[in-house]
Amino acid sequence: MSLIVCRDLVKTYRLGEMDVHALRGVSLKIDAGGFVAVMGASGSGKSTLMNIVGCLDVPTGGTYSLEGTDVSTLGENRLAEIRNSKIGFVFQNFNLITRTTAMENVQLPLFYKGIPSREQKAMALRALERVGLADRQRHHPAQLSGGQQQRVAIARALVTNPSIILADEPTGNLDSQASREIMETLTQLNREGITIILVTHEADIAGYARRTIMMKDGVILSDRDAGGVAIARVVPLEARV
Amino acid sequence: MNFLLMTVLVAFRVLGRHRMRSALTMLGIIIGVGAVIAMVSIGEGAKAAVQAQIASFGTNVITVLPGATTVSGVRTGHGGMVTLTVADIEELKKIPAVTEVGWSRRDTMQIIHENKNWFTTVNGVTSGYLTIRGWSTVSGDFFTQTEMDSGAKVVLLGNTIVNNLFEPGEDPVGATIRIKNIPFKVVGALDAKGYDTRGADQDDVVFIPFTTAERKVMGTKFLGSIGAGFLSAESPEQMPQVVDEVKRILRQRHKLRPDKDDDFTVRNQLDIAKVQEGTSESMKLLLLAVASISLLVGGIGIMNILLVSVTERTREIGIRMAVGAKRRHILLQFLVEAVVLSAMGGLIGVGFGVGGAKAASNVAGWPTIISGDILLIAFGFSALVGVFFGLYPANKASRLNPIEALRYE
Repeated sequence: MSLIVCRDLVKTYRLGEMDVHALRGVSLKIDAGGFVAVMGASGSGKSTLMNIVGCLDVPTGGTYSLEGTDVSTLGENRLAEIRNSKIGFVFQNFNLITRTTAMENVQLPLFYKGIPSREQKAMALRALERVGLADRQRHHPAQLSGGQQQRVAIARALVTNPSIILADEPTGNLDSQASREIMETLTQLNREGITIILVTHEADIAGYARRTIMMKDGVILSDRDAGGVAIARVVPLEARV
Repeated sequence: MNFLLMTVLVAFRVLGRHRMRSALTMLGIIIGVGAVIAMVSIGEGAKAAVQAQIASFGTNVITVLPGATTVSGVRTGHGGMVTLTVADIEELKKIPAVTEVGWSRRDTMQIIHENKNWFTTVNGVTSGYLTIRGWSTVSGDFFTQTEMDSGAKVVLLGNTIVNNLFEPGEDPVGATIRIKNIPFKVVGALDAKGYDTRGADQDDVVFIPFTTAERKVMGTKFLGSIGAGFLSAESPEQMPQVVDEVKRILRQRHKLRPDKDDDFTVRNQLDIAKVQEGTSESMKLLLLAVASISLLVGGIGIMNILLVSVTERTREIGIRMAVGAKRRHILLQFLVEAVVLSAMGGLIGVGFGVGGAKAASNVAGWPTIISGDILLIAFGFSALVGVFFGLYPANKASRLNPIEALRYE
């Protein structure tokens, strides 16, 4: 069974008098353990797709099922629970809470999960160890380098043992050295069994993934594995217009 | 439970980050709560002092004074006519609700003890008078019935007299003082009563038996005329009814035609108390208004600063939502911050209020009463203000769209 199954996802925003079609019918399957890069120019709909896959948003049409559950119809509280337990986010600008320690940032999802404080600390420490930052647990984000901050964010994403890590331009604010480290960390986690979906517009970053989905104007342009073989049905742009 | 505790800790830390801002925000609540507690304490103290003054007159006392009368167009004022007699008052004792009666005649005289003298009020009284007015002795005893009946030359001294005619610590009982050059034996020293509602020193007085005053000290046009009569009623509720009855009986005894004015005046102690109650009622309303306004202003301050905080921390809210915070978690977080602000302000305000009240009694010498109730109420209200004014910003925070909040710069 596939981890993620999207069928004809449509997302339409109303912006003043105009309807903006961010997604015009996206169908895809991602199996557990996959490492997928989603590429596309800005406005291609890749962020919208990620928001829906990350349960931050719901589609206007189509269905999305995660681990066999249709989540496109769930309420806000259920979506928050799914985000909390099944999805880890890694953002371009790290999105750590300033003036709290690395440890506390990593603990945050566990706090909302209702895990007892002592257990939170142990779990957070293990997550920090996995990204090699156990010795920085008391540092505030401002005292860490960009690469270290992003690794704290990765630790926060994986502390709840999620099914998927969604990384939205995780290297966008990093130099090439730190970028490589982050990508190696993500690759390592993927080897350990976590599904990773990576949003990027840099081809070399996408190169770490084992499958690349190209998006344009709200539809999937191509969907190929690392060898360039088409994986799923590719919907031609012309067919939708 | 764990969550709430953690939220409170987080709130303290967030507020601690902006110490100046938090302190200024709390200031409204601090001033409001502090002012209310100080004012209520001073008000209660003043009220208690006045009530003690009223009570020092005796309980449920009705006073009957000989009336003003008009002689050839000249009105004489109270006591202008000798119209009230011992017989009148003894008749009034037959009213069922009257428990005790007494009467007095007073005059001002020079009194002498050894080489000291003092000008004071000499009051000829009955034992009923002393009971009704609630006098008690600190040493010695009241007059015996024999002394009363025989017109014995015995005297009770008020506290002010003892202080002025005797050395400090000297027991005046057994000493001899002279009133109008007549030697009197001191049989008792009275407990101090303090000032009355009009500010007169109630202890600047000596008491001698009524009969002695009438026959040996003051003289009289005819026996049995009195300066004032005193009745005590069984309960405050019965006082108006007793007053009516007194008027009816006295008019009848004095054979006054319906068109004639009373030749006596009846005063009800309750009337004085009522005036006092009215004052403290309006004082209470005023306090309530001040308290509401200051808490309102303080609450708006909290709401304002929380709205700023929500905007500043939009991205943090987005992050929290992304990692699994539900709307109610965010709501609670900001609500707790509001309540922590207002409750801390309330607590500090309670401290300032108590300190202010203590200062008022220590420095200015005002009587103050700090009741635990008012502290609890003031503190409780300040916490409620936090809930009320925190609700809007907290709700606003919880309604943020996580995607937009995460993008917020």
